[in-house]
Amino acid sequence: MTDYRKLWSDLGMDLEKHDRLTSALPLIYEEVYLQQPGRPQAMEYFDLVVAEIHSLRIAELVEHRRRGGKVCGVFCVFVPLEIIRAAGAIAVGLCGGSQFWVPDGERVLPRNLCPLIKASVGARLSGTCPYFQSCDLLIGETTCDGKKKAWEVLGEYAPVYVMDLPQMKRPRDLAAWRGEIGLFLARIEELTGCRVTPERLAEEIRLQNRLRQALERLYQTRKADPVPISGKDALLVTQVSFYDDPRRFIDKTEALAAEAEARIASGQGVFPSGAPRILVTGTPMAIPNWKLHHIIETAGAAVVCEETCTGTRFFEHQVDETGRTLEEQLQALAERYLKINCSCFTPNPGRLEDIFRLVEAYRVDGVIYYNLQFCHGYAVEYYAVEKALKARGIPVMKVETDYSEEDTGQLRTRVEAFLEMLR
Amino acid sequence: MTVLGIDIGSRTIAIAILNEKGELLAGQVSDSGPRPLERAREMAGNLSSFRRIVATGYGRHGARADFATDLITEIKAHALGARHLFPSCRTVLDIGGQDSKVIRLDEQGRVVDFIMNDRCAAGTGKFLEIMAQGLGLPLEEMVAAASAGDGEITLNSMCTVFAESEVVSLLAAGQPVGAVARAVLNSICDRTQNLLLRLGIEPPVVFTGGVAAIPGLPAYFARRMGLPDLLVPPRPQLVGALGAALYGMKAKKATG
Ligand code: SF4
Ligand code: SF4
Repeated sequence: MTDYRKLWSDLGMDLEKHDRLTSALPLIYEEVYLQQPGRPQAMEYFDLVVAEIHSLRIAELVEHRRRGGKVCGVFCVFVPLEIIRAAGAIAVGLCGGSQFWVPDGERVLPRNLCPLIKASVGARLSGTCPYFQSCDLLIGETTCDGKKKAWEVLGEYAPVYVMDLPQMKRPRDLAAWRGEIGLFLARIEELTGCRVTPERLAEEIRLQNRLRQALERLYQTRKADPVPISGKDALLVTQVSFYDDPRRFIDKTEALAAEAEARIASGQGVFPSGAPRILVTGTPMAIPNWKLHHIIETAGAAVVCEETCTGTRFFEHQVDETGRTLEEQLQALAERYLKINCSCFTPNPGRLEDIFRLVEAYRVDGVIYYNLQFCHGYAVEYYAVEKALKARGIPVMKVETDYSEEDTGQLRTRVEAFLEMLR
Repeated sequence: MTVLGIDIGSRTIAIAILNEKGELLAGQVSDSGPRPLERAREMAGNLSSFRRIVATGYGRHGARADFATDLITEIKAHALGARHLFPSCRTVLDIGGQDSKVIRLDEQGRVVDFIMNDRCAAGTGKFLEIMAQGLGLPLEEMVAAASAGDGEITLNSMCTVFAESEVVSLLAAGQPVGAVARAVLNSICDRTQNLLLRLGIEPPVVFTGGVAAIPGLPAYFARRMGLPDLLVPPRPQLVGALGAALYGMKAKKATG
């Protein structure tokens, strides 16, 4: 038996505060996840990962570091994980999704800032996130203004490296991004002391492609009616992918997808056939942020797809595997990552095209635009998305919310009224 | 047998009882009090005498878990109620004690869009009550004073708490009551108009909820918004409950 309290305190964590954080999770998880009827058997693994979120995986990270390995924390799906892994380091996602961390974040950040940023910084300041505590290097990026400046604050607590992400997608921006990826590679090599060889990088490119394909395969099953897996469960799988060991994650996700496919073949679903089908689009939902999905699905509709960074934006597009030299591979990485359509870019027409395509493919009845409060990029982009969807007769509604529970009643009313409109 | 519609709001509870022909047998409004569900049961009387009980409003889930057979949102309830009373209605404006909303209907009366105010008392009945207190007038007299008053002073504060102190300091600075009352009504009216404009005003507009019941207020709003008319039902607080009951008349099987 690993003594986790010792392990946590060795990581410099605030144990008392951490107890308060972890004591709330099982209850919430029971209500939001375990009470769902007819869940696929293969979700058991993901339940276990969540139940042991601060122990099993952390022990692996600690063991890796004991053997001289490094851990990198990332906050955005633009950071090429392949490079981190090819240099022998482990990558973990650090976006905070819990209200628990917000007050600590607000000690150093303005209150009218996106809750994801406040929670992420708060998690580090409060010393209650063992992933943060395990990181040898935090990888920031120049995406939104809030995050860009938050790195300066986080830099006081942990080493931070910032990738300069372009804001447009012209050829010269691609070239600049390709250059950034080269600098990133050098920084990671310096961190781990391992040279990245084309062979190692090719291996990691294939692995991450397989991981994306596994998620893609799972998402494909959500196109079926009745839908074989709930939106909440699918969201959880994507969220777990940011923490888990990639090989194990691929196996478990493939198994889940296979079970979902078998369910489709036998017509088994978690919602009755004909239940309203919702696409959620917008800002990321970091674990344990399940608020909107829970409201939608307890109101009787199925979330069938997420056009978010904890959804399709994370796994769509593969990296070209034919590159033989580092030069070719880095170019392929730059091209793949720059295909992500985040509202931090201007203009961002690709996101509209993605939404239309997903609405079609997943046979969506209505779109709910999820906007974390004070995320201006996505809030402004709603104008274009709403106009375009309405012009095509696709119902859309924006919800702007944070991690607190105080607006749940109102959100529930709005979501239910939206569903009444679709029925 | 009869059908009961019950609208459990955060400030008031309204019930409407319809007979088999869909005629209103009884309608009643009362304060929610500290235990709204108990209060709702009391108002409803003999629960087993109803063929269906449809709950709406903030307390609908609680009521459904307790005694109601169906539930619908207040959006749908207001749409059904307003359309029943004014069959050509295309827009519903509902201002209640703690929220306000605009609902857009198509020609068949189906809800095609809606918008609710966000997490804030400004632009609701609560705002008016507090401002009337600041002015030291009952609500109706505040509207009368505003209609008779003139001048174009404006309230700068969006927040209810700050707006109240603004009202008090305007009075202390010697501004006439009528002018300050106008500032109050204009503030909520402009806010409401913004909400309406975000969906686009498609007449006829039906005005429901407790605020529509304040004498003189709908006419004041219509004048300021430059609308020919805001249609106000005889008992605007009852529209949600009526809509819920109407849903019960039509519904064949239990929902939710
Ligand atoms: S929303 Fe934009 S900034 Fe945030 S994780 Fe996604 S790509 Fe990165
Ligand atoms: S949700 Fe928006 S504001 Fe928040 S971190 Fe992402 S891009 Fe920045």
